[in-house]
Amino acid sequence: MILTLAKIVVPLFVILNIIPLLIWLERKGSAYIQDRRGPNRAAIFGVIRLGGLIHSLNDVIKLLFKEDIIPARVNRFFYHLAPFTAMSVALMTFAVIPFAAPMYWKGKLITFQAADLNAGLLFILAIASLGVYGVMLAGWSSNNKYSLLGGLRSSAQMISYEVVMSLAIISILMMAGSLELNQIIQAQGDKVWKWNFLRQPVACLLFIVAMFAESNRLPFDLPEGESELVAGFHVEYSSMKFALFFMAEYTHMIIASAFLSALFFGGWQVPFASTEFLRGHASQVLRIVLAGAILVHFVAGIGLLSRGKTNVLTQKWGDRRDYEAIILGNGALLIALLLGAVLLYFWPIRLGRYGPQIVTAALQAAVFLGKILFFCWVFIWVRWTLPRFRYDQLMRLGWKFMLPLGLANILATGAALLWL
Amino acid sequence: MVTLQHYLILSALLFSIGLAGLVIRRNILIIFMSIELILNAANLVFIAFSRYRANLDGQVAAFFVIAVAAAEAAVGLAIVIAIFRNRSTVKVDELNLMRN
Amino acid sequence: MPEGRVRGHLKMELIFFYIFAGLAVATALGVVAFKNPISSAFALVVSFFAISAVYAMLQAHFLAVIQVLVYAGAIMVLFIFVIMLLNLQPEELEERGFSTVFKGAAIVVLTAFCFGLIFLFRQMVFVFPKADASFGTVKEVGKLLFTTYWFPFEYVSILLLVAIIGGVVLAKREL
Repeated sequence: MILTLAKIVVPLFVILNIIPLLIWLERKGSAYIQDRRGPNRAAIFGVIRLGGLIHSLNDVIKLLFKEDIIPARVNRFFYHLAPFTAMSVALMTFAVIPFAAPMYWKGKLITFQAADLNAGLLFILAIASLGVYGVMLAGWSSNNKYSLLGGLRSSAQMISYEVVMSLAIISILMMAGSLELNQIIQAQGDKVWKWNFLRQPVACLLFIVAMFAESNRLPFDLPEGESELVAGFHVEYSSMKFALFFMAEYTHMIIASAFLSALFFGGWQVPFASTEFLRGHASQVLRIVLAGAILVHFVAGIGLLSRGKTNVLTQKWGDRRDYEAIILGNGALLIALLLGAVLLYFWPIRLGRYGPQIVTAALQAAVFLGKILFFCWVFIWVRWTLPRFRYDQLMRLGWKFMLPLGLANILATGAALLWL
Repeated sequence: MVTLQHYLILSALLFSIGLAGLVIRRNILIIFMSIELILNAANLVFIAFSRYRANLDGQVAAFFVIAVAAAEAAVGLAIVIAIFRNRSTVKVDELNLMRN
Repeated sequence: MPEGRVRGHLKMELIFFYIFAGLAVATALGVVAFKNPISSAFALVVSFFAISAVYAMLQAHFLAVIQVLVYAGAIMVLFIFVIMLLNLQPEELEERGFSTVFKGAAIVVLTAFCFGLIFLFRQMVFVFPKADASFGTVKEVGKLLFTTYWFPFEYVSILLLVAIIGGVVLAKREL
């Protein structure tokens, strides 16, 4: 029971903390793509700026304290329900995503997902169809024709691309033979050339496009198009409710990356290191990982210290901001020293009976997180690179191009499975 | 412990509420929703007995009921839209062209 | 198996059943009683969720997820779309007088009574047999769908195609 609670709370905590990181990544990433610097002014005590990460904290505080404006003659119940629905549906999907390989603990099999459903993939589809409700409710209950239009368009787009997503998933299902996500990830194995994005490239492409459309990100951004419909279906929302919609969009992005990496890119599989290999050589793996962490922190510390010294000597900004690099450099070197001490003290690592499994699980979860962040970066990259689709172009693409392509892919997969 | 009667009584309640909605309400969309409730009550009975008999045929029947309900809802709502375009009303009392 | 743990599990099952059944019945009453058609539609969505939970309690895993996917995720979206497009207003009050509520309550009570004759069989307790782990999984239902019931399966797919075409044709502005 406690274990299930931990399996729910920990991923939720991790996801909710990735969201400010993603907001920072989006702002800085979009800035560097557009050849500018992005926000870098907000600071703690005037010193710690962390390259603009503090802006996310600023956003949280600002949105919490903004005035909550409710327009007149809205349907109060649904107006308040809509952001709640959007966010909770987005968060519900994390129940079926596995973060590491299943392991045996005191005789019981523990799977690293909150709900080891027999129909895991169908659960994803079901929850994706529920995401339409948040958008529709928001659009309709705002008593505003623009937001009604934005809401209807967005829901039509989402349900069209749900079909495309289902067809892409069916090809994966046919190849893996099971709907459980753990089985699909284990069937992919650890060799990169056997992962599903190479065995089913068409399905991978369809899935990526469908996920862009499902999370209403550019190039499928029209329903919340900033230049056409003001902010689309969430134009009448302010402060915390708008923050919930905003977070729901980023959560959709994180889910999309998680599913993409789980279904097509091997999920928690560490490339070229299978679960048995990791469990067999757990102590060496731990030593290598620790040594790598020490190296990274050491190099970062030295680099930051040298930068800090030049800052202070040349008085680059002339106030307390010069000292930030020195503080961070010292911090990094301290962490490197601590890790080095840990490594040397525990050099003869004695992992107990469950030690190797815990190390393996931690490494696989970290690799999964890395893949999620990488695909989130791809989402952000595409957003600031491509222009927006017009609504009829979007619908035509979904129904007249992607649907037949998905069906042809299923036919080809079926034929290949039958005769090859 | 939960026995078969529990599920059957739940299904009976849902069926009767759906039936009451079907008879009382004048808005055709609410009538459609009550019909969906009735179909769900029937599904529940199928699945309860399928579990009682440890035979999966009941679940297959419920699956087909869901599929047919989807088709029926789609066509029914298209008809409602067509009627609304012509008569500008969704109250069943006013759709009486074929009377007298 | 220790006796206390068995009874504890059975009690939890009963509690969960009452929670979900109560939710299903309460929201079903909401469907019939709300003035605003969108409130009715949402009450129906919650009711479908509760019924899906009851299916999961009956070891019908595949059908529970299909219920959410098809009913709550597609059919109700269609309903809500139509309600929003037709811009239906909440119904007026004068047609929902006391006699309507009385009629409704009478129907509910009479029908439930007829079905409730099940209580006459109280001395026979219909306990569920123990089902194995593969009961109601996707694989088993899929096997049945593609072997014994393949003809209804293909037929229903053609029916859905006809429904799609019919829906598009009926709702067009000009043919």
